[in-house]
Amino acid sequence: MAGERTIRIDALTRVEGEGALYVRTRNGTIEDLRLQIYEPPRMFEAFLRGRSLEEVPDITARICGICPVAYQMSSVHALEQALGIQVTPEIRQLRRLLYCGEWIASHTLHIYLLNAPDFFDCDSALQMAERFPDRVRVGLRMKKHGNQLLEALGGRAIHPVNVAVGGFYRVPRADQLRRLIPDFQWCLDAAQDTVRWVASFAFPDFDRPCELVSLVHPDEYPMNEGSIGTSSGERIAVDKYEDCFEERQVPYSTAYHSLRRPAGTTYLVGPLARVNLNCDRLSPVARQLAEELPVSWPSRNPFHSIIARALEVVHAFDEALQIMRNYREPSQSRIAYSYRDAAGCAATEAPRGLLYHRYAVDAGGKVTEAKIIPPTSQNQAQIEADLRAWLPNVQHLTDPALSRACENLVRCYDPCISCATHFLTVQIDRI
Amino acid sequence: MAEKPRLAVLKFASCDGCQLALLDLEERLLELGESVEIAFFLEASSRIEPGPYDVALVEGSITTPHDKERIHEVRRQSRFLITIGACATAGGIQALRNWADHEEFLRAVYAQPQYIAALEKSTPISDHVRVDFELRGCPINPSQLYEILRSLLHGRRPRTPAHSVCLDCKRRGTVCVTVARGIPCLGPVTQAGCGAICPTYDRGCYGCYGPAAQPNLVSLTSHLISTGVSQQEVVRTLRGFNGYSPEFRAESDRLAPP
Repeated sequence: MAGERTIRIDALTRVEGEGALYVRTRNGTIEDLRLQIYEPPRMFEAFLRGRSLEEVPDITARICGICPVAYQMSSVHALEQALGIQVTPEIRQLRRLLYCGEWIASHTLHIYLLNAPDFFDCDSALQMAERFPDRVRVGLRMKKHGNQLLEALGGRAIHPVNVAVGGFYRVPRADQLRRLIPDFQWCLDAAQDTVRWVASFAFPDFDRPCELVSLVHPDEYPMNEGSIGTSSGERIAVDKYEDCFEERQVPYSTAYHSLRRPAGTTYLVGPLARVNLNCDRLSPVARQLAEELPVSWPSRNPFHSIIARALEVVHAFDEALQIMRNYREPSQSRIAYSYRDAAGCAATEAPRGLLYHRYAVDAGGKVTEAKIIPPTSQNQAQIEADLRAWLPNVQHLTDPALSRACENLVRCYDPCISCATHFLTVQIDRI
Repeated sequence: MAEKPRLAVLKFASCDGCQLALLDLEERLLELGESVEIAFFLEASSRIEPGPYDVALVEGSITTPHDKERIHEVRRQSRFLITIGACATAGGIQALRNWADHEEFLRAVYAQPQYIAALEKSTPISDHVRVDFELRGCPINPSQLYEILRSLLHGRRPRTPAHSVCLDCKRRGTVCVTVARGIPCLGPVTQAGCGAICPTYDRGCYGCYGPAAQPNLVSLTSHLISTGVSQQEVVRTLRGFNGYSPEFRAESDRLAPP
C-alpha cells in the first residue's frame, strides 16, 4: 500500500535475552511501535513462595547471568529490612566492593562487546577486533579483572556463592584481595583511556526531555543505599516506591512497563541517570575526567550512555582500589538473626539501573510473597518513547539501515531482557 | 570437522549466564574466533547466518509452545548439539513449576495471564530432541566449555568428569563441612565441575552441577533426616537448579509424592 512501511526486527542482537521491534508508519507518521519481549516467562515471584529466606539470594541470582550480584544485593537488603538486621560497616564495604566487580564486568562487556561496534559499523567485537585488536584486548582484560574480583569475593563470577542474608558466608582473606591491586592499578589507567576513547565517538544530536531516576546518597555514589532521586528534584523513600511508580502489562510483551504515578509518564534508569544525578559523588578521578570531556553534564542524549558507563568503570576501579588497600579481615562475616512475620523492601543500583525487591516472610523463615521490578522493565516505556522521537531523524534511510539505526538506539540502554521477563525482535511497517 | 567449523549459540528459557561463559573466555574468545566461524550468536553478533551449523550450543529449557517447535528446527540444522547448563540439561530452576499449579503461578506473576503463552512444564532439551553432549552447571564452567570446543576442533569426543564434588573437596584439602560442622551438603551426590567452591566458603554444596554418576541419594537424605533436617527441607534442597533431573526428581518425589 502506498505510503505504508513496516520494519520488523525479529531478533534484536547484542542485547541480553530475546526481544523484537515492530514499527509501522504511514506517510511518515508512526502508527504503531512496539518493543516486544518474547523471552519466555520463568515466574520467579511465584516459585520463591515457600522457599526458605536463606535460599533467596542464590535463587534470584539466576534471574540474570550478567547481573546476579544486583539480584543478590536487592534481595538480601530487602530481607534484612524485614528481619531488622543492621550489617556492620565492614560488611557494607565488602558489598560495595562486590558490586564494583559486577559493574566492571557488566559495563566493560557492554562497552566493548555489545555497544562500541555500533560506532564503527561492525557486527561484533570480533569484527571490531580486526581493526582495533589492542582496544578489544584492553576491554577484555578489564572485564577479566572485574571477574577476578567477583571470584575472590563470591567464589565465581556468574552466580557467586558467598552472599548471605546478614553478610557473607565467609569474608575474603586479605591476601586474596591484595593480589588484585597491581592489575587494578593498570585497569584504572585503562578505564580512563576508555572514557576518552568512547567520548571521541561521533554521537547523534538527540536530546530527550526525560525524567531521570536513580538512588541518591548524601556522601557516596549510589549502590546499595539511599533514597530514590529524580531529575525534578524529588526524594522518595524506597518503601514508597510502589506509591510513586506502577507496572502495567501490555499484550505484546512478557515484561511489564513501569510508569510514574499518578501521571503515567515514562522515566529513565541506568548509568546515564546515575551519572547525571550523582556526578559530584563520582570518585575524584572519575569526576575530574567527566569535567574534562567534550560532553557537558547533565546530558539527556541516550547515545551518551556509553560515556556514563565508562565513567562508572573508572569509579568502580578507583573505589575498589581504595577498599582493597584499606581492607582488614573483619572478625564477623554475618549478623545473626531470628525469624519473624514481616515484610521488607530494598532498591539497589544494578549495572542497568534501579532494581526493587519486596518480600514478605513468616515466623518459620519462609517467603510468603515476592515482588521484583528490574531496571529494563522500568526503561521499556522510555525506550519506546525515545524510538518514536528518534524515527523522524532516520526515516529517510533504507529499511536495513533504518532497522540498524533503531537497534543502535535500543542497545544504548543495555536492555537486559532475561531480567525483564516478567519481559525483545525489530519489525517496521511503513504504510 | 570442516576447515572452519560453523558455531551457533541459541537461547531458550534461561538467564543468559551460560552463553556469557563463552564471552567470559576473554583472550581465549579471540583465539576461538580465529578457529571457528561464529555463524549465529545473537548476544555477541549482529551477523545472522542461516544453518546448517557444525556445532550448536543450546542454553535454556523448553517452556513455550513456540520453543517446543523451534528446538526441532535447531536439531535439523545442527550436526553436533551440545546443551549448556542446568536449564538445558535438567529444566532449570523454572522447572519448580512442574510441581505447582501452573495457572495459579501465572496469576501470581501477571495481572493479565491471558497474554502469556507458557507450557505447564519446563523441560530439558533431551525431552524433545536427541542431544549429542550435555554440559552441566548453573552456571557452566567456562574452562570446561573451552575444553569441549577444543576437543571437537581436534576431532575428539568431548568428556567431562562424572565424579562427585565430594572427591574434589578431598583433592583441594577442604575440611568436610558436614563431618566437621554438621552443615547439610549435596557434595556426595552432585557432579564435579564447579571446583567444589561452596565448602571453601563455609557452606554446603547446593547441587549446581546436578547428579553425579550413580548417586546414593537415599543414603544421603536418610542421613540428613537422621541429623534433624526436616523432610520438607530435604525435599526443598533437592528441588533446586537441577531439581527436575531424573535422579534428584525421583528422590524428592519418593519423600514427597506429588
